[in-house]
Amino acid sequence: MVAFIKNIGFPRFMMSLLLVVILVTAIFVGIPIGMVMTDLIQRVGMYGIIVLAMVPSIQSGTGPNFAVTIGIVLGLLAATTAIEFELVGTTAFIFAILMALPLSVIVGILYGKLLNACKGAEMTIATYTGFSIVQLMCIGWIILPFTSDIMRWPIGRGLKTTFTLEETFKHVLDNFLKFNIGNVEIPTGLLLFFFLACFLVYSFTQSKMGTAIQLGGMNNKFAVASGVNIDRGRIIANVISTYLGAVGIIVYSQSFGFIQLYTAPLMMAFPAVAAVLIGGATASRAKVSHVIIGVILFQGVLTSSMPVLNEIIPFGSVAEISRMVIQNGIILYALTKVDGGH
Amino acid sequence: MADITKDRKKRSLKSVLTKNVVTLIFIFLTVAGIALSNLPVFYLASEMLTRITRNTFLVLSLIIPITAGIGLNFGIIVGAMAGQIALIIALYFGWTGLGGLLLACVVATPIAIFFGYLTGVLFNNTKGQEMIAGLIVGFFANGIYQFLLLIVVGGIIPVKKVPMIKPDGVGLRNTIALDTNFGEVGLKYAFDDVFKVNLFHFMMIVGAVIIIYSLIRLIFRNKFQNVTNQKSKITYIIYTVLGAILIGFAYIILTASTGSFLFSGTDSSAIQSLNMLQTIQVPIFTLFLIFLIAVFNIVIMKTKLGQDFKSIGLSQHIARVSGINVDRTRIIAVIMSTVLAAWGQIIFLQNVGTMNTYGSHMQVGLFAVAAILIGGATVKNANIGHGILGIILFHAVFIVSPTAGKELFGDAQLGEFFRAFVVYGVIGVSLALHAWKNRKGLEDLGQ
Repeated sequence: MVAFIKNIGFPRFMMSLLLVVILVTAIFVGIPIGMVMTDLIQRVGMYGIIVLAMVPSIQSGTGPNFAVTIGIVLGLLAATTAIEFELVGTTAFIFAILMALPLSVIVGILYGKLLNACKGAEMTIATYTGFSIVQLMCIGWIILPFTSDIMRWPIGRGLKTTFTLEETFKHVLDNFLKFNIGNVEIPTGLLLFFFLACFLVYSFTQSKMGTAIQLGGMNNKFAVASGVNIDRGRIIANVISTYLGAVGIIVYSQSFGFIQLYTAPLMMAFPAVAAVLIGGATASRAKVSHVIIGVILFQGVLTSSMPVLNEIIPFGSVAEISRMVIQNGIILYALTKVDGGH
Repeated sequence: MADITKDRKKRSLKSVLTKNVVTLIFIFLTVAGIALSNLPVFYLASEMLTRITRNTFLVLSLIIPITAGIGLNFGIIVGAMAGQIALIIALYFGWTGLGGLLLACVVATPIAIFFGYLTGVLFNNTKGQEMIAGLIVGFFANGIYQFLLLIVVGGIIPVKKVPMIKPDGVGLRNTIALDTNFGEVGLKYAFDDVFKVNLFHFMMIVGAVIIIYSLIRLIFRNKFQNVTNQKSKITYIIYTVLGAILIGFAYIILTASTGSFLFSGTDSSAIQSLNMLQTIQVPIFTLFLIFLIAVFNIVIMKTKLGQDFKSIGLSQHIARVSGINVDRTRIIAVIMSTVLAAWGQIIFLQNVGTMNTYGSHMQVGLFAVAAILIGGATVKNANIGHGILGIILFHAVFIVSPTAGKELFGDAQLGEFFRAFVVYGVIGVSLALHAWKNRKGLEDLGQ
């Protein structure tokens, strides 16, 4: 039994157990399972790509990308530009995703260079870089010359903190080939897009460059000896990670139906980091399968525990509290497994 | 020959500039902000004084872990939680006044020791990643803190119906007032109001103390021969002159309204603002507490424990070889920091007067760390001077940035976003600079 737990990893084991317990309790308490499953599947597609952004950065040795918020901000910039150009539906979505690419390349290269300059303390520096970029863009959301009535405050300056995507690209992925199994809704397009992204990242990790990046992340000396340019690999990995963050927030927003600006992205990196760690990744090792398992377990526990906990403990926001404890507890657990800087 | 000295001078100037780049940027921001914002001097001075007395204690709680090589302790949030729990207990039992607040400090101590111990153990298990671990442990502990105060209080432990409990009897309200406690004086200003002195009288006293101290050092110079950090005569003469200037400045301001010859030509509005300045009071007792903690920080470094902190900070390996129990000493450092942070939070909240039950503690680590970095501290090196200079610069920028933003861009919100950007940015930039220098140093050594 101990060997089994060790094999699949403590966080993964705990969260699977928790999910099973919650689902069984949900059935006993009489919560409609169909509704919970619909919610769960949608959230997996929503959060999946942001979690996927953790894979390249971990593999390259820069640790979980705590600065994925940079990518998120760029994605929001691309999405707001699409709306500014009065694009709607699929066109808007595709435009946003394409526009995020050059932005992510430029910013990702700069960010990668920063990380190369300060090896050994990447995680803390990434966190604060991410925080400060979000705050900097808060100024951007006020002074950028957007004119669209959907986004601007009717009076005053700047964009609204939250605005709906009802008339633009809400659910373009979710509604693509959507069908029902019993009373469980399957957002086919959303899932397809997520799995496509997973497949692309997986193919990249299997490619020559992807292997070289992993080699650089695993063992510096060996990689140098075999002629791998580690610094370049770290930059490329962080460009990809930033871009995945950007695409991730666009997918998230179309599914959520709203775009949230200003300080909304501030804390978004932490649940993503927690999810990939739950899936079995460590701060120095990650695979695409960890993302899929992790996002299902983490979002599964979050979505299903909410109605269950509110049924059992009717006061206070128990679900939110348990999210905080689980999410940050998992990250702390992973940090204790990092081989210290000596 | 001349070229070499010139070159050396140039290099030293450059190194001074690069070493203090963050501080210099903030001095610039402060000056520019004050010039742009056009805030009245009275407002600036009184706000600064409030914020300095309010925050210094918390910032100084960061020094010990930095010396012990743990880095910036973002985990002082946990200490702040201990302080708040103690304040809640004090309010619940209706303790008031100075005694009540001191009792709250006493209650906070064992809680903070316990929290600090746990944080210390965690830091020992995450060596090399203490800073990110400290940040995350703050979030984690916040979850437990909310569970305790929202659900356990009233939900599991039965409580009396006091005003701070929510109407349904479970959990605490979002904001708790410290000033009216069952119609009594309460805990607000319990430290600040013990003993207050007019700002300019205070300046005169400080000036007098400086002069007396310098004169003693000058006159009895021979008796201090054994002191290692003996400064030159000139230094003490400069101190004396500065003390005299301080007294003179305070005297001029105090006599301005009573018709000093210096102000015969100035208009009445300037005199009026000077009169307002005279009403500023200095909370001596709170300053005394800050003074105590500063002395504590200096004294502890002279003890065996303090020397252990220093040697661990230099190299854990060498410290271990020379027989120091590294892990235990690190835990002690974190416990001290956590306890000081708990007391610091109590001092902070007695001045603010209302406690945001689920929010007051969250920014504590961020602001304290940003302040000490702005003052010139690094991940490995911090002293009291860094802390105090940092608080002055940090809060000056904090006070002026909304108004400066309004003057510059016509929007106060921009100034607020800007200062949040600067707070996070300062931490990121300081850490990056430090890591970069470290790496360069290693490369220079190795190759």
